[in-house]
Amino acid sequence: MTRAATRPSAAVPRHRSQARAAPRPGRILAVTLLALGGIVMVMPFVYMLATSLKDNSEIFELSLWPRHPTLDNYAQVLGASGFPRWFFNSLLVAAVTTGSVLFFDSLVGYTLAKFRFCGRPAVFVAILSTLMVPTEMLVLPWYTMSKAMGWLDTYWGLLFPGLMTGFGTFLMKQFFESVPDELIEAGRIDGLNEFEIWWRICLPLVGPALSALAIFVFLGNWTAFLWPLIAVADTRMYTLPVGLASFSSELQTEWGLIMAGAAVATMPTLVVFVLLQKYIVRGIMLAGLKV
Amino acid sequence: MVPARLSLSARRALWAWAFLAVPIVFYVTIRLYPAVDAFVMSFTNWNIVGTRAFNGLDNYLRLFGDPRFWTVLRNTFVYLGAGLVVSMGLAFAVAYHLDKVRFGHGFLRALYFVPHITTAVAMAWVWRWFYQPVPVGLFNDLLVAVGLPQQPFLRSTGQALFAILAPAVWAGIGFQIVIFLAGLKAIPAHYYEAAALDGAGPWRVLFEITLPLLRPTVVFLTVTSSIAYLRIFDYVYAMTLGTGGPLDSTKPIVLMIFETAFKNFEMGYAAAQTVVLFLILLAISLLQLRLMDRRP
Repeated sequence: MTRAATRPSAAVPRHRSQARAAPRPGRILAVTLLALGGIVMVMPFVYMLATSLKDNSEIFELSLWPRHPTLDNYAQVLGASGFPRWFFNSLLVAAVTTGSVLFFDSLVGYTLAKFRFCGRPAVFVAILSTLMVPTEMLVLPWYTMSKAMGWLDTYWGLLFPGLMTGFGTFLMKQFFESVPDELIEAGRIDGLNEFEIWWRICLPLVGPALSALAIFVFLGNWTAFLWPLIAVADTRMYTLPVGLASFSSELQTEWGLIMAGAAVATMPTLVVFVLLQKYIVRGIMLAGLKV
Repeated sequence: MVPARLSLSARRALWAWAFLAVPIVFYVTIRLYPAVDAFVMSFTNWNIVGTRAFNGLDNYLRLFGDPRFWTVLRNTFVYLGAGLVVSMGLAFAVAYHLDKVRFGHGFLRALYFVPHITTAVAMAWVWRWFYQPVPVGLFNDLLVAVGLPQQPFLRSTGQALFAILAPAVWAGIGFQIVIFLAGLKAIPAHYYEAAALDGAGPWRVLFEITLPLLRPTVVFLTVTSSIAYLRIFDYVYAMTLGTGGPLDSTKPIVLMIFETAFKNFEMGYAAAQTVVLFLILLAISLLQLRLMDRRP
């Protein structure tokens, strides 16, 4: 009570009473267990990095700190194998796909949210129905289509299935629906055409949704495995996950090299995560609760 | 006045169709036509080079008479059942306690979440390494260090499936935790305040307030996670070198589809398998709609 009197802000409960009601020793135990669990969760990364930095003499030791840290494994992985090319392929496919998805999903989402025209419900239902069909079912026709058109072993063949997504379209539609119509009217009075209204007025207002979508799509394509495994047979056209799978299967027991390869594939996502953690988590919450 | 409005709405409709032109071509040729094509393919006998010959329900009859299909289906549902129960239980336990922690909340959440965004193939190889026999593998080294016998893990038909499921749960749990946290945060504080005034203990609060109000979150996660486990592929492929072994003991339906289509090139037979997978996923989605409709 005295504290509340001297510091008025303390009178306002800042946390839920539920949080304060928990018994103290239980809380300490819970936090300790949570922290231990968290350490267990990141142990595979720690071991991956530690082993990738060890030379062959200490690779079977469980120590987390290499006695003679060396970048030999990385030099070998990046020098003698297809990794640089695979890295570039993955980056290119993920970047182009992300750009295309952001543009088209937000354009279609906007059109479905803000335009009233004959045929709109049909378009809506058609796109909605594509959400029901799993990729596994589509890869067979995609493959036969690619074979007939000569798209196998090309960048276009790798990326064409992901150029637009039903998920992103509905996510963006939800967000555009909350943009007030008055803004669109104002843009029209200012003499902007419909494309400019979307591009210059509405798009900047849904920035958080766009950035969440960008992160999902980029990470999803960076880690994609099934379609690239099917669409590409030429080793130079492999993406990182496909390249890593074949590289590791060939080496089998060269664990230092395999861990360095795994680290090369994982590092960009870890960097993206550390930099954008807040946006990623917020984006997942946003999308998970909206869709 | 009226003609002007009409022309405006007509102009807007033109713009709308202009915006939709390229996407419509995409969705029709890349999403809808292939879906129909897969159905049609499932009623044909086709080894990709020859012509498609319709064979009615032969692929489905062959599939239901194929003991490998039932093994694979059983494996798939073991992944689903065990994966769902363990991951949802762990994720809720973590989220429930993490929700009450203020100090280091974001950091702890990051530790749990980070496996979710990493490349499955890369982490599959890290785990494959953990499962190796002494002196290579971490797990067996630890077992031996505390005086327990070595385990075969990936080499055993009894253990391999669960050895593959473990990293899949490890990778998926971060997503579930984040969604649970969002759901917990959305529960209005006054429910808890009222419960505290009534002197309700933590277990009663959990079972009579938190869990019932969390129902939409639980339904959403159950469905998305079920679909993910039914479609398990990356971890199995990478950890078993593409075989689904030993002796098909870890092979899920997606790997069977992959083999049938792209190793044996029996496209019609593979298409029938994808239709079965589609129907299972559809049933789960419809179940979600029904569960979402029923309000507590």
